[in-house]
Amino acid sequence: MRHLLSTQELTRTEAIRILDTSAQMAATQSREIKKLPTLRGRTVVNLFYEDSTRTRISFETAAKRLSADVINFSAKGSSVSKGESLKDTALTLQAMGADAVVVRHQASGAPHLLAHAGWLDAAVVNAGDGTHQHPTQALLDAYTLRRHLSGTGLEGPAGSRPDDAAALGADLAGRHVAIVGDVLHSRVARSNVHLLHTLGAHVTLVSPPTLLPVGVGSWPCAVSYDLDGTLAGHGHHGGVDAVMMLRVQRERMSGSGTGGGAFFPNPLEYARKYGLDARRLRLLDEHAIVMHPGPMNRGLEISAQAADSSRAVIVEQVANGVAVRMAVLYLLLAGTEDTRTATDTTIERATTS
Amino acid sequence: MSSGAAVPASRPSPAPSTSPTGTVVLTAADISRALTRIAHEVVERNKGATDLVLLGIPTRGVPLALRLAERLAAIESANDPAVTPLDPATLVGELDVTMYRDDLHRHPTRSIGATRLPAQGIDGKVVVLVDDVLYSGRTIRAALDAISDLGRPRAVQLAALVDRGHREVPIRPDFVGKNLPTSTSERVRVRLSEVDTTDGGAPQPDAVVILGASAGTAREARA
Repeated sequence: MRHLLSTQELTRTEAIRILDTSAQMAATQSREIKKLPTLRGRTVVNLFYEDSTRTRISFETAAKRLSADVINFSAKGSSVSKGESLKDTALTLQAMGADAVVVRHQASGAPHLLAHAGWLDAAVVNAGDGTHQHPTQALLDAYTLRRHLSGTGLEGPAGSRPDDAAALGADLAGRHVAIVGDVLHSRVARSNVHLLHTLGAHVTLVSPPTLLPVGVGSWPCAVSYDLDGTLAGHGHHGGVDAVMMLRVQRERMSGSGTGGGAFFPNPLEYARKYGLDARRLRLLDEHAIVMHPGPMNRGLEISAQAADSSRAVIVEQVANGVAVRMAVLYLLLAGTEDTRTATDTTIERATTS
Repeated sequence: MSSGAAVPASRPSPAPSTSPTGTVVLTAADISRALTRIAHEVVERNKGATDLVLLGIPTRGVPLALRLAERLAAIESANDPAVTPLDPATLVGELDVTMYRDDLHRHPTRSIGATRLPAQGIDGKVVVLVDDVLYSGRTIRAALDAISDLGRPRAVQLAALVDRGHREVPIRPDFVGKNLPTSTSERVRVRLSEVDTTDGGAPQPDAVVILGASAGTAREARA
């Protein structure tokens, strides 16, 4: 793995390797001393063209826990606001000796350009580009799902019995995840659809027709307009094991008013038809969990009862995000170019110790 | 003083048998006897098995640590039948040192193993690190760093099944199964029935094997 740009290019083996590495990283984070010397002397640049608090802090924490040096570069108050192009910024970072660049950009494809234009030798990690992909979010969602939907996690009640031993090495075969809300503007939904499909899970997108992108029929998932029916298990894949609520991205919606512009009549109607409230929570199986990538619009796509219920693993998702990002940075930066297979590495380890 | 010399010279191991898969230098019985002797030495050095923690370094240090713990428990209950017998599993942990290695950037990315400490922790205990082959000493250096992040043991000791020399850091073992002078072009392979299987999936018998530089295939040759 040279870059992490999209979940679409990850194979099942690569994805499981990232999740297993995340599990070992998470185990180190319950220690008194959380810092590891692994990436000492490496430099990670957080290049953020879009506002982000939690993703940037999560990447910064992950890099610092692995002893890498972190440079934060946000477009506001930098040379970018004076009109510097992406290419010149990249050449500057190259000259400074960055080993990894974590990039968030409002334009879909900007990380791909950074990785393949030849401006940079560094590993590029996509931290969200336009409405395209947000792979580390999908990986942390898959990691959270795997903990709660393996072994004793399936025996319920939801959220109370994560099973790390059963999760190690497992995929999500046969699990059913509903992704609900503003799919049109959501890179989280796109990344999740592909990753969860690769890991063997069934995905149902639930959204008003106005918030589904053109061409959604070609995605490896089912589509429904009826949240109650999907949660009650009337859909093609039966009952759901997890509900992932998406944020209504009002900042990306043109049009007037406090509502969703031209996408839905008003917030109250959206909440009635597509919001997760206490009544819909009761439709779920006992073991089903509730997820949200944050930040939440309480009262719009998710009610306070749902966000604070014992099924909600939303705070855990944030903690898992640090472990997953540590794993991604480790796998991208710790070794040399991956020319041999994992078994050869094991032999090497066993005989030179 | 290295205790490896304690292997009686008057009773040498069976004549080395050469095969395409290398020269067997320790058989299953030799390994068993070496571990029993190491267990006795550990008990003697530490005046008992109380406050002992055995940390195996994956992959093959972990089953070796478990075997040592079983012998320690047997020795202790034989010495004093009145005390409550030790449960070997509570003495043993595993310590993955991958993230503390100094050569990470010179190899393809290594997979990270699990680190698991016994419930009693390691603070104030005597930690015995257990590994299969002691070579450059760099793994043990990494292990010492890893231990200092996990707690503060009263003492750290080192047990290795095979010491093949060629140290690159000032580290020496406290307990050695066998001192094995080798050339750097040779490879020492430890097979343990717990982790090593034949192509058919059946467990392989325990053995320590030396592969000459020419005996190994091109893939196995050291980079």
